Amino acid sequence: MALLSPQDLQAFGLTLRLAATVTASLLLLGTPLAWWLARTRSRWQRPVAAVVALPLVLPPTVLGFYLLLLLGPHSVVGRSMAALGLSPLPFTFAGLVVASMLYSLPFVVQPLHNAFESVGTRPLEAAACLRAGPLDRFLSVALPQAMPGFVTAAVLGFAHTVGEFGVVLMIGGNIPGRTRVLSLRIYDHVEAGEYHQAHMLSLCLLVFSFSALLAMSLLRARRHRHD
Amino acid sequence: MTESGGLDARLQWRRGALALDLDIALPPRGITAVFGPSGAGKTSCLRAIAGLESGSRGSVRFGGELWQDSARGVFVPPHRRRLGYVFQDAGLFTHRSVAGNLDYGYRRAGQPAQLDREGLVDRFGVRPLLARRVDTLSGGERQRVAIVRALLSDPALLLFDEPLSALDAAARDDLLGRLETLHASLAVPMIYVSHAIDEVARLADHLVLLDAGRVVAQGPLQATLTRLDLPPALSGAVGAVLEGIVVGHDAEDHLTELAFAGGTLWLPRRGDAVGRTLRCRIGARDVVLSRERQHASSALNQIRSRVVAMAAAEHPSQCLVRLDAGGCALLARITRRSWQALELEPGSEVWAQVKATALGG
Repeated sequence: MALLSPQDLQAFGLTLRLAATVTASLLLLGTPLAWWLARTRSRWQRPVAAVVALPLVLPPTVLGFYLLLLLGPHSVVGRSMAALGLSPLPFTFAGLVVASMLYSLPFVVQPLHNAFESVGTRPLEAAACLRAGPLDRFLSVALPQAMPGFVTAAVLGFAHTVGEFGVVLMIGGNIPGRTRVLSLRIYDHVEAGEYHQAHMLSLCLLVFSFSALLAMSLLRARRHRHD
Repeated sequence: MTESGGLDARLQWRRGALALDLDIALPPRGITAVFGPSGAGKTSCLRAIAGLESGSRGSVRFGGELWQDSARGVFVPPHRRRLGYVFQDAGLFTHRSVAGNLDYGYRRAGQPAQLDREGLVDRFGVRPLLARRVDTLSGGERQRVAIVRALLSDPALLLFDEPLSALDAAARDDLLGRLETLHASLAVPMIYVSHAIDEVARLADHLVLLDAGRVVAQGPLQATLTRLDLPPALSGAVGAVLEGIVVGHDAEDHLTELAFAGGTLWLPRRGDAVGRTLRCRIGARDVVLSRERQHASSALNQIRSRVVAMAAAEHPSQCLVRLDAGGCALLARITRRSWQALELEPGSEVWAQVKATALGG
């Protein structure tokens, strides 16, 4: 393919792999967190919700900087990982995944939180009075009723991970094949004056983001017609 | 605590501004109505029995099983209590079809063989709805589905939270009739929360009267509704509930004749067949007393009775008179002036006049 160089394609593949891994992990971890946020009456609910929302307002470089310090080889985390025989996270794909998960956390948890809240207590109480235990109620009532929220969370989480820049630069270091994702590749092209290549990749991202949002709103509209 | 085999609940908790303090003992059979003005805590009471009200302290025992004993840290969660709960808003699962809703509890109860699933589906007219989406159902259809769904989970106790309150008159009447038939055929005890006294009079055998979070009276329906010492908030509900047998219809005048222990009553025609047992509520303020039988009165019903007792009513101008008509209790709310003018006293012979139009339609 002449339009994209092998390096561009590599960055493309890496980005998709990163976004897919991050989205799947976030859905897995974000579901219990969102469920807790929607159901708890603990006084920790609001502080925790604020922490989850932090990446929305924090400059990505701040987040990346702190992560670099936190995960670096001389930090507590880094030293305990080294003691366990694990290599330090910064400048690796695993490091990117961890950083991106934090950065995209609110984009997954907030739609799930809203979806669980809109399910309300009534269907769950009705299920309890029909002999469904807590886990059964969650799987057979809460999950299916919150499904539109899962679609939104997956699309937003994926798209947002694809589009990040500051955090991946800080924690990933722009290493070809390992941590050089699309957004960094575009930056490289612009710096090198390769506007044509930058155009191609940017257009790809633009079309992708637009399609993701359009697909989401179409899915939602179809659901509404059903309801 | 008495071992009634039914429900014994002693619970205390706060809900917003309302302090609830309940002590309820219910028989193991029949329908118990929990009646009271809105805000009296009826729904909270039902939820606490089901185990849905976190924060309620005390004890709940049902049929020999201990469901809750806060002093000993016992709390059986709702899904292990074998109860069916019909919510005011039906509480159907919108992500499942009608059939899917019915199956939910039925499967979890292990599809018990003694339950006549098809029979229940037909009796509540749910068969044509089975494939429908829940959000396309009318209010009455929703409640019918919710009732069948609860029955199919094989409950040992059925709880109804004002299932008719959101329905229009026709749907309400239809469902009330179905619940009457259910009452006659089902051995499972039911608790029925309502603020409509006519529903209570038609369905209940036993009555718990709530006011401001407390039980003000409980006991058999007739005896409780003819008590003279009920608080003002319940004054609209006091009156007699007579049970009689339909002896005939007057097709021309559209009236039904009901025979009860104290005589006969004419009421607006109902669809019931001759020979059927029927209940009829006579509100205390719909009864006029006279010393002699009236020969030129528009009141179709004149019942010979005897004054048993009199008590002050909440308004100083009025009093409540309890009458006995062939062993049936009647209640009349009259003015003190009439009481004196007629020279009434316990033992006086009177005629209780009741307009047929006051006896429901």
